[in-house]
Amino acid sequence: MSNIRERRIIDARGSFCPGPLMELIVVLKEIPVEDEVEVLSTDQGSARDIPEWLKKVGHLHLKTEQINEVWHIFLKKMKP
Amino acid sequence: MTNIVIVGGGMGGTILANNLARRLKEECRSGAVKITMLSASPRHFYQPGLLYVAVGKMTAPELYRDQASLLDSVIQFRVDPVVTFALKEQQVVCQSGQVVSYDYLVIATGSRMHMDGIPGLAEYGETFYTEASALQLYQRLQQFNSGKIVVAVGVPHKCPMAPLEITFMLHEYFKNRGLSDCVKIHYTYPINRVHGLENVAKWAAPEMEKRGITYETFFNMKEVDGVKKVVRSEEGSEVAYDLLIAIPAHKGMQVLEDNKLGTNGWLPTNRTTLQLEGHERVFVCGDTTNIPISKAGSTAHFQADTLADNLVGLIRHGTTVREYDGKVFCFIEAGKEATYAMFDYKNPPEPRPPTRAIHWFKLAYNKLYWLSARGLL
Repeated sequence: MSNIRERRIIDARGSFCPGPLMELIVVLKEIPVEDEVEVLSTDQGSARDIPEWLKKVGHLHLKTEQINEVWHIFLKKMKP
Repeated sequence: MTNIVIVGGGMGGTILANNLARRLKEECRSGAVKITMLSASPRHFYQPGLLYVAVGKMTAPELYRDQASLLDSVIQFRVDPVVTFALKEQQVVCQSGQVVSYDYLVIATGSRMHMDGIPGLAEYGETFYTEASALQLYQRLQQFNSGKIVVAVGVPHKCPMAPLEITFMLHEYFKNRGLSDCVKIHYTYPINRVHGLENVAKWAAPEMEKRGITYETFFNMKEVDGVKKVVRSEEGSEVAYDLLIAIPAHKGMQVLEDNKLGTNGWLPTNRTTLQLEGHERVFVCGDTTNIPISKAGSTAHFQADTLADNLVGLIRHGTTVREYDGKVFCFIEAGKEATYAMFDYKNPPEPRPPTRAIHWFKLAYNKLYWLSARGLL
């Protein structure tokens, strides 16, 4: 993991609607390029969907960890 | 005297104010409690009706009531929008210059659409999130006889079911005009299914296919080229349109940004207590929270119920009495039938097949809403 200026945390545990990926899309509009984000999700599908979307749009998926029932998805915003 | 100040006269603020007034009637009459509502408008606006205005099934005047007429007589209502939130002093300052002190503050200022975030969208896209835009869309639809309609969705937006509802209602609209073969509807959505709620998406995709509605997922609007009539996505694709209908991205109210209370007007809110982070006596209700939850009328309603219980508990017993559990209830119009999604933080929705009964109940609720606003339903 790189040195972090400020990591934004999205606590989307128990979020069914709009859901972790849509919350992430909103946050990525708000933060500067090179900032990192950690998404917390209790939705297993997010662990698959978020990295897939990051790749499509050109942001960097750093890693995913599962701690108990929660997935922690780490990423970096790479472009405006 | 305990001063409760509610900023915002929309669904959440109004339901909360009336609930408190009913339960704290004696305290209000004796002067022990004062409930003040500060709003930017003398009218109450039923926003879910705009969907029906766009397809000609309701008229705009049906969506408004005089706000004062909906409020219990003990509520002090003023059309005097707040311009400054002086939270350290436990005060708000109104446009008139009046300073209002509070013991408990509830911020229920709602959200607004923001078309300008996508180049070309305001100029070339239609929507139905305001009275003017819904009426304009209605005019456009009446003149539209053939071609491709594209529904495109920005995030975040209020009314999470609106993308599906407008799509199904458009299909029904053109079917009723005998134009199903001439008008194609193409739906796009930001994530890799047709709705944020997985079970709703599982229900909706076959319903679209049944109706000949095409769809593209992983489509986040990037720009609209009104000359070539294409909308381009962050994901690198583009879709041609003859009529573009947007569910636009939203922001919280400008006054909150001006007061540096949250990015884009979304207030940092505790998801169970609904307190503004770092402020024990300030609560947030409805669209303007930053809680990862649907921005929907029912969310505001259920949050208002929780806040009413807790404010009464604080005033009478010095303690809150319950937590907001994330409850949301959304109708989903599907043409001549409808279904609904009900969920909370722990329980996902399990929508049933749409029925005519639910559709008629939704139409009835469009009229019954005014009882909810008055705290009676």
